[in-house]
Amino acid sequence: MALMADAFVAARAADPMVPRVARIAERKREIEDVVTLAIEGGAFDFAPGQFNMLTAFGVGEAAISVSGDPANGARLIHTIRAVGAVSRALAELRPGEPIGLRGPFGRGWPLLEAEGHDVVVLAGGLGLAPLRPALYRLLAEREKYGRIVLLFGARSPQDILFRDELEAWRGRLDLEVEATVDHARGDWRGNVGVVTTLIARASFDPARTLAMLCGPEIMMRFVANALHDMGVAEERIHLSMERNMKCAIGWCGHCQFGPVFVCRDGPVFPYSQLRGLIAKKEI
Amino acid sequence: MTEARSIVDAAGIEALLEALRGQGYSLIGPTVRDEAIVYDEIATLNDLPRGVGDEQEGGHYRLTRRNDEALFGYVVGPQSWKKLLHPPMLRLWSARREGDELRVEAEPEAREKFAFIGARSCELHAIAIQDRVFLGGPYVDPHYRARREDVFVVAVNCGVAGGACFCVSMDTGPKATFGFDLALTEIVAGRSFLVEAGTEAGSALVETLPHRAATKAEIEEAEAILARTAENMGRSLEAGDVRQLLARNLEHPRWDEVASRCLACTNCTMVCPTCFCASVEDTSDLAGLESARSRRWDSCFTLDFSYMHGGSVRQSVKSRYRQWMTHKLSTWRDQFGTSGCVGCGRCIVWCPVGIDITEEARAIRESDGQKGAT
Amino acid sequence: MIETIEHIVKEHPFFAGMDAGFVALVSGCAKNARFEAGQYLFREGDSADWFYLLRNGRAAIEIRDPARGAVTLQTLREGDVCGLSWLVPPYRWTYDARALELVRAIAVDGACLRRKSEADPRLGYEMMKRFTPPLLERLQAARMQMIDVYGAHG
Repeated sequence: MALMADAFVAARAADPMVPRVARIAERKREIEDVVTLAIEGGAFDFAPGQFNMLTAFGVGEAAISVSGDPANGARLIHTIRAVGAVSRALAELRPGEPIGLRGPFGRGWPLLEAEGHDVVVLAGGLGLAPLRPALYRLLAEREKYGRIVLLFGARSPQDILFRDELEAWRGRLDLEVEATVDHARGDWRGNVGVVTTLIARASFDPARTLAMLCGPEIMMRFVANALHDMGVAEERIHLSMERNMKCAIGWCGHCQFGPVFVCRDGPVFPYSQLRGLIAKKEI
Repeated sequence: MTEARSIVDAAGIEALLEALRGQGYSLIGPTVRDEAIVYDEIATLNDLPRGVGDEQEGGHYRLTRRNDEALFGYVVGPQSWKKLLHPPMLRLWSARREGDELRVEAEPEAREKFAFIGARSCELHAIAIQDRVFLGGPYVDPHYRARREDVFVVAVNCGVAGGACFCVSMDTGPKATFGFDLALTEIVAGRSFLVEAGTEAGSALVETLPHRAATKAEIEEAEAILARTAENMGRSLEAGDVRQLLARNLEHPRWDEVASRCLACTNCTMVCPTCFCASVEDTSDLAGLESARSRRWDSCFTLDFSYMHGGSVRQSVKSRYRQWMTHKLSTWRDQFGTSGCVGCGRCIVWCPVGIDITEEARAIRESDGQKGAT
Repeated sequence: MIETIEHIVKEHPFFAGMDAGFVALVSGCAKNARFEAGQYLFREGDSADWFYLLRNGRAAIEIRDPARGAVTLQTLREGDVCGLSWLVPPYRWTYDARALELVRAIAVDGACLRRKSEADPRLGYEMMKRFTPPLLERLQAARMQMIDVYGAHG
């Protein structure tokens, strides 16, 4: 028999698996193996924390978080680390070249929920990229939030992403910025130590804090536990998960993490939702 | 829709196939190929496996000769209708560079109208489950929908239970209760079929066939057959709380035990009528002018499935088996609100080492809460 | 008002909430110290006689490598304790500690504190309770740095 009525959804929409073609407007090398691509030509609407599926034609597709300003709908920004065949091909694209675009997908940062709270934004390595749109929004609507703290950890001084911007933000009086690196030569004047060491010194009130974390999973786990130990509610510690994604819409199954699809139900999740699984092996 | 049940004979079935073909349907039904029941194009009644039975057990499948002329005297074969609605390989789009321009063209949707002849109740449940995956969310798969929306289903209520069947446990059979246009119960092998219409289209079609009203005795006979099938399930699974059972036993030592037998061959996922996982791959011509993306079935049993830069999340076979089984019986409910298992038993039969999902669930239940090496 | 060393010890976060008697005992081994930027608090191989509780300014824990020069292992700042090797034999520093900026600190005579701890094991246990967390933190941090979390994923 034909479809059951309740299986029908809305009208015939375009195939969500087919990318549209956009063009690279600008390419900027950030740090070793990391470039930022700007795409122009269209009105791009996204929520901070969402991602797009980017296609390097003839090579493949990868899920890449949007790293630009949500207020600038004319320019779509992604920051990409060249680690595999697809991301390398994407990172090699030059201005004028076509790129395939699907999205935006996923559930982003809980900025509405953060209103009225102190906000701790904690990024590790390239994890700063998906958090940057949230920072732009937080700063654009500064009056809606309590204290805002940006804590950033990287492997070495050479691996600090968006360094100019971090330094500019550091000059602001309404934003506390602290950075640390895991390894440095003697000529580095900044902090050396793991990112968790920054948390205890930052000024925020755990009881009224919402935290947004993005970085390596191990780092997020340690940071989430440290924040929780200080008194930040698990429901208000949000982290952006990473898993293999092929479709971004819950059809391919690759990004399953226990009961959730990271693409469809995340990538941003409250720690309270993941806690039971994130400490288990090979979920 | 007529509530009355009708009786058709073999000629009536032949006329049914003829009528559906006349309405432009491609007839897909059970037929014998490579010593198995497969769903393939059929033309006439003669393509159906007359007098064929089957023997199914863990890691074991044989066709047998029945001592009657039954048309539907076997249970499900290795393949399900999944291959028609969610094809193993499907091109999604192609792109072509023309000078400075690059054009992407979506693959046109299939226009074929299928009539599924002989779909079993568990399979109708499986189709409904995949409907939720591809049609039930905020995004709709146009390829799945194009293949799915015009399907005419002639269901068959199971007259025998297979050695690995456990639809009764999963509440998915053996009697088809929804999702069909017509449902047949073979009450006299090869000769007499009780017909029930599930849709207006189904009952209208019955009117065009040589048929007569079923007697009370015939209706009772059909019910008795189904009751017998239900009583003879080869397997059983305590499904009521299996979701919670598995969710709280992710570190149970049984996962290590089953992993020591599992070959990670992916057979269970290929034969499963609900498994939907797929991967995509891109191809391009040597000149770099044309490229295309295809979707093909994938399996959570492969190492690559969970690959992220730096390595695969699920390195061990144990974690992959656990992913599959917890998905089927536990997390599927979180994701889609239904079980991911319909109790068809294919994963048991087609496992080369005979791993049995019902036995695995039972083993965990028997030592609920034990923790193993993690 | 000139702060007494006892007051400074009592106010230092590292000794937060410590029994007044213990504060007096620690203070008896303590004095103020000040290091200009670039000055070393101690050097690798030296005898671990004094350790420091930082009050202002940051210090770097460094190790010298002929090819890479000084490699910074960790930076410390106000509230942190600088130097743990005074606790256990052979009481010798295994790295350099260098002021990155003007550092004010409480310098504590390790030998003095060890003697008092031997004499009063309650003080010794109090010291172990206060020195074990930074030890564990540094072990944990070293492990995190060792697995190079940002290498594969960040």
